[in-house]
This record gives sequence, structure tokens and C-alpha cells, in this order.
Amino acid sequence: MKHKQILLAHGSGGSMMHDLIQELFLPAFDNPYLRQGNDQALFENPGGRIAFTTDSYVVQPLEFPGGSIGELAVHGTINDLAVGGAKPLGLSVGMILEEGLEMELLERIVANMKRAADEAGVPLVTGDTKVVERGSCDKMFINTSGVGLVAEDVHIDGHNARPGDAVLVSGSLGDHGVAVMSERRGVQFSTPVVSDTQPLHRLVARMLEVTKDIRVMRDPTRGGIATTLNEIATQSRVGIHIEETALPISAEVNGACELLGLDPLYLANEGKLIAIVPEEAAESILSAMRELPEGKHACRIGHVVEDRPGIVRMRTPIGGTRIINVLSGEMLPRIC
Amino acid sequence: MSVLTAFRDSERARSIIERIHRRNTGDISIMEFCGGHTVAIFRSGIRSVMPESVRMLSGPGCPVCVTSNADLDRAVALAKTPGVTITTYGDMLKVPGSRESLMQVRAQGYPVEIVYSTLDALKLAEEQPDREIVFFAIGFETTAPAAAAAVLQARKRGLKNFSICSVMKLTIPGARALLAMGEVKVDGVIGPGHVSSIIGSDAWRFLPEEHGIPVAISGFEPLDLLAATDAIMEMHEQRRPALVNTYSRVVRPEGNRKAWGAVEEVFTLDEAGWRGFGIIPESGLVLREEFADFDADRRFDITVEDSEEHPACRCGEVLRGVITPHECKVFGTACTPESPLGPCMVSSEGSCAAYYHYQRQLA
Repeated sequence: MKHKQILLAHGSGGSMMHDLIQELFLPAFDNPYLRQGNDQALFENPGGRIAFTTDSYVVQPLEFPGGSIGELAVHGTINDLAVGGAKPLGLSVGMILEEGLEMELLERIVANMKRAADEAGVPLVTGDTKVVERGSCDKMFINTSGVGLVAEDVHIDGHNARPGDAVLVSGSLGDHGVAVMSERRGVQFSTPVVSDTQPLHRLVARMLEVTKDIRVMRDPTRGGIATTLNEIATQSRVGIHIEETALPISAEVNGACELLGLDPLYLANEGKLIAIVPEEAAESILSAMRELPEGKHACRIGHVVEDRPGIVRMRTPIGGTRIINVLSGEMLPRIC
Repeated sequence: MSVLTAFRDSERARSIIERIHRRNTGDISIMEFCGGHTVAIFRSGIRSVMPESVRMLSGPGCPVCVTSNADLDRAVALAKTPGVTITTYGDMLKVPGSRESLMQVRAQGYPVEIVYSTLDALKLAEEQPDREIVFFAIGFETTAPAAAAAVLQARKRGLKNFSICSVMKLTIPGARALLAMGEVKVDGVIGPGHVSSIIGSDAWRFLPEEHGIPVAISGFEPLDLLAATDAIMEMHEQRRPALVNTYSRVVRPEGNRKAWGAVEEVFTLDEAGWRGFGIIPESGLVLREEFADFDADRRFDITVEDSEEHPACRCGEVLRGVITPHECKVFGTACTPESPLGPCMVSSEGSCAAYYHYQRQLA
């Protein structure tokens, strides 16, 4: 690119914007839908129900151990489709760039998005760019939306958890939250914790091969599994019991939480899912999940109960019980 | 077994819990002064495994909670002073003062920044030489060394735009004031771990020696807290009040003299206003005369009048252990973490927040 930084003129609709799109975005995200060159991407209708989702990414720092805002924007929207049982068809990308953003950084993040989309096999089919004055946004925001198809016989829904169901999680918890927090606070760990950002649609597809009767799926991003489990308990009007000793949390994440005074249950994850499944299918679903790298450490963390609907409780290692509430406000490190 | 899992070991926990249940102490009230302990006790579910005869009380050891509205109002006034940027720890932003919180002030466009350490505040002062960076310093003995270090660093680097508004307090005078009030029955004290790592376990000897109250200094892991509780019950059972340090891997009898030396170099004692307690003599840390240049109270002419508590808020009684959060009429209704009336519901170490998050629906 000719310019080292994003200028307001890059968003003006004129030749510089044209150049930015032609020289950076189109070659990076190249695919047949984009090459249609229209104001919209046209999909053939292959049948099934359409899933549609959107999310905006404002993470700081833009790059962190194990990923960047680029991968998050691709994986996050793929995962929002996947946990509804949808096969993702394509994503849109809306970029809001701040005047003065280093072109080199933008190029790196665009390359990350391209790689993430390619690896997932989900094309970025349409996009939009706006440039805002310096100080109006924190370097860059990305919005991605996605469409996907859900098979007729799949009915994954937050209202479907039933007493007796098993609660599964696809892998270790809190990695993304600690990776971002350590970067933000400049805390270096001897074994660095890297973000778990990854797409989950293949894992979900494999789970659905075992049984279509998966009741609920969610990806526990902001607010962590504590908030996600509470949402499910409220929606389905059931109680949820989890076992603290069953939670897959790495020694590094546990250590970081100790140091910073954080609770791993509330830390964000970007490549994990929680599934509520019928007890009789739980073991075969777990085996299937473990066949794929993104589900290698899948395990059972608890079960759904009838009493105290809307409440999530956890048995602690000492045999005590405590309530797991939703996160209120921002999680902040301890003062003393 | 890693160090952490060792302190969460189920088998060892079970054996201590069984021993606690076998002890013949009768009704016993054990207070943890430290807000960090309050949260750790709730998080590990310790209250739910204690015999009914054991009453666990939360004390005044949450630094956010004991900050008075008068001090909060001062921070708000400083934040509104032209050219001043207030920096402070996150929890402080949400605490409602007499009229508004720092968070509301920030939403009005006044510069209020969350920092994670005093060094972040120093960095801001270096990056923004045209602004006055004031660190609103709350906390106990644990955070005081970092505040002292920031002042010493600021002087060393020749920073002219950095100052501290100190509302830091000392736990020992706070504990003494609580016992002198005689409002609550305290049969044993779980001594604060992080504070004691600075001031030393010996600082708590006055509890058994002057008040006949057993004290066990504790860490923050489930087994630490169970071991400390068991030690207190044993001393109570045998009527031999003493000081036990169950956190010797971190706390020494004499504490961290180097860290405390920095505090003594920069700060001196003064009276301080505590929420729920009023003025406690020699319980606050203020900057010494020779560091007057770094004292926000001397640099800026701030007067705050008509500070008052919310009439329905009973945080003061919660902090003194006189009532539990459940006994406050507005708990969980008019007062929630999202719209708090008092600091105990806001702070991550506050009693009301701990009850709300970990035990509300169990009651």
C-alpha cells in the first residue's frame, strides 16, 4: 500500500477507498461471491432453515498471544452459527478504521482473517469499510455477520435443557481471557497462555452425526461459562449442577487467576462450546468430540436438575456448595 | 500434584472438616477481617460445610467498603477540577458517593482512569505532562508499599504532575476499634494473609494477649482457611488463646520490613474516617511533609460539604459485623451489584457482593 497509515480519505468513497479495497481487501478475501462485484452476495438456496447472526469485535489489544481481532471476528461469527447447529455459508465483514491506523497492522489483521476463513472453509462474501476521525474509535472495530443452514431435523435451542441431561464442555476454560488480560496488564507467565480462538462448526457437525437430539449449545465467550450456564438455566427453567473438580482449567490459567484475583468461570473463551445433551447419548457424543482436535479435551462437567430452576450451583472440592451467578459489570483484579 | 491443587485437595479438606465437626466448642463466632477471605470462604463453599454452631462473621477488611462518602466526594471533586485526571483501582469507580460515583462523573466527560497498579498512574503522568495525574489511593497495608514506591519513583524521575490523594488505612487500629465497640461477640479471628505478609504475624499478638481472642493468620486457599478455622477452634476448645500462623509460606513474624520501610519513609499516621466506624485515631496514612509536592490534598484546594450516607444503606453495620447482608432491607432489591446503594454491594471483596453472588439463593 502507498500509505503507511489509514487516512480519512481512505473512507471517502473516492479513489483512495477504491485502492484500499482493490489492493488490500479483495485480493486477501478473494472468492467467487466477492468476485460477483455486486452490492450483495447471491447464494443458491440449498434448502433447510436459514440461521443469521452478527457480532462486533472491539477487543484490546488488537493482537494477543494466540491470535488477533481478525481471527476472533471470523471464528466468533462462525461459532455463533455453529452452536445453533448451522453449517456456515458465508460471512460479511464491516471494518471501522481509525484515522492514523498503521497500514502494516491492518494488513496483518486482514491476513489473519483470510487464513481463518480459509481454514474454516467459510468465505468472506461481502464487506464494508468506514474510516472515522482519530479519537473516534480505538484503532479498529470489526463487525461480522454470517448466514448458515440448519437441517430440518436439528432443533438446538436454549429452552430445551431437561432434568437428567448431561452438561459437556469441549475443552479447557479461560485461556482466551487470561491471554488478553496478561497482554493488557503486561504480565508475563513462564508458560504463556494463548487464546483458544478456533472455529467449532466441524466439531458440531461431528456431534450431530452421533445424534440430532442435542438440546442446547452455546459458546461461552464474554462472561464465561458461569454466565452461559445461567442463561441456559433461566431459558429452560431448570437447575444446573456442576462439579468444580471436573472443570478443565489448565494449571497456567489457574495460576494466573490466583495471581490476578480472577475467577476462571467468568473468563472469556473463543473456541469452546457447552452442550446440554441427553444422558444416554453423553458418552458417545464425548467420544466423537474427542476425535477432533478442537474437542480433544471434551468432558462432562455436570448435569441438569429439576429443583431451583434458574439457579446454577457448584460443588467445590471441599464438598461445599456455592451459587454461580452471572457476571455483573466488568471483572476486575483484586485490590489487596 | 501442583502447589495449587495441593491446597484444594478434597481428602485433606474432608479430614479437617470432620475434625471441626468433632470439636466441642459450643457456639463460636469467628470473624475474618479480610475482604479477600470473605470472598474465598464463599467461593470454596466453606460456610456450607461448617457445623451450625460455627458463626462466620465478615469484618471491616474491604478497603473499598470502609472508604467514607466524604473521601469519595473528595475524589469526585478532584475529578471535576480542571486539568486533573483521577486514576484509581476499578472497584472504586462504581461506589456511590453522597451524590454521584466516579463512574457517573466519567460518563459526564471528566477524565477518570482505571489503573491496575500505581506504576500505571506514573506512566500516565509521564505520557501526559500537561495534565495533573492524581492517584486516589485506597487500601490497607498491602497496597501502601506500592503507593510509597510510586511517590519515591515520581520524585526520582522529577515528575511534577503526579500526586496522591491518600485514603489508605491500617487494619490494626480498625480491628482495635471494632473490638472496643463491643457490639459483636468475636471468639476467634482469621487474620489477613496479604496484610500480614507486610506487617508480620506478630502485629496480631494483641488479640490473644489483650483480648483473649485466638487468631490464626490464613492464606486464601480452601485448605488454608479450613486449617485456620480448625486452629482457632482448637485454641477456643482448650481455652488457650494464642497466635497461630497457618500461612507461614508467605507470612513471617516480622513481615516485609523493606516494603514497610518504604511506607514509613513516605507516609505518616493521621486520624481517618472509616465508613461505619467514624474517625479512628492514627489509622490513616498521609504523606509526610517532605513529600508535600506529591500530596493532592495540598496541591488542590478541594472542599467538600454535606457528605452523607444513603438513608437506607446499612453497609456500616455490615462492616461492623452487627448485621449480615440478608438483614438489610434493601439487600438484593433496591441494592444490587448493578445499582448499588452502598459499597459492600459493589466491591469484589464486599460482604454484600459475596452474599449476593455466592449465597443469595441458598439462604
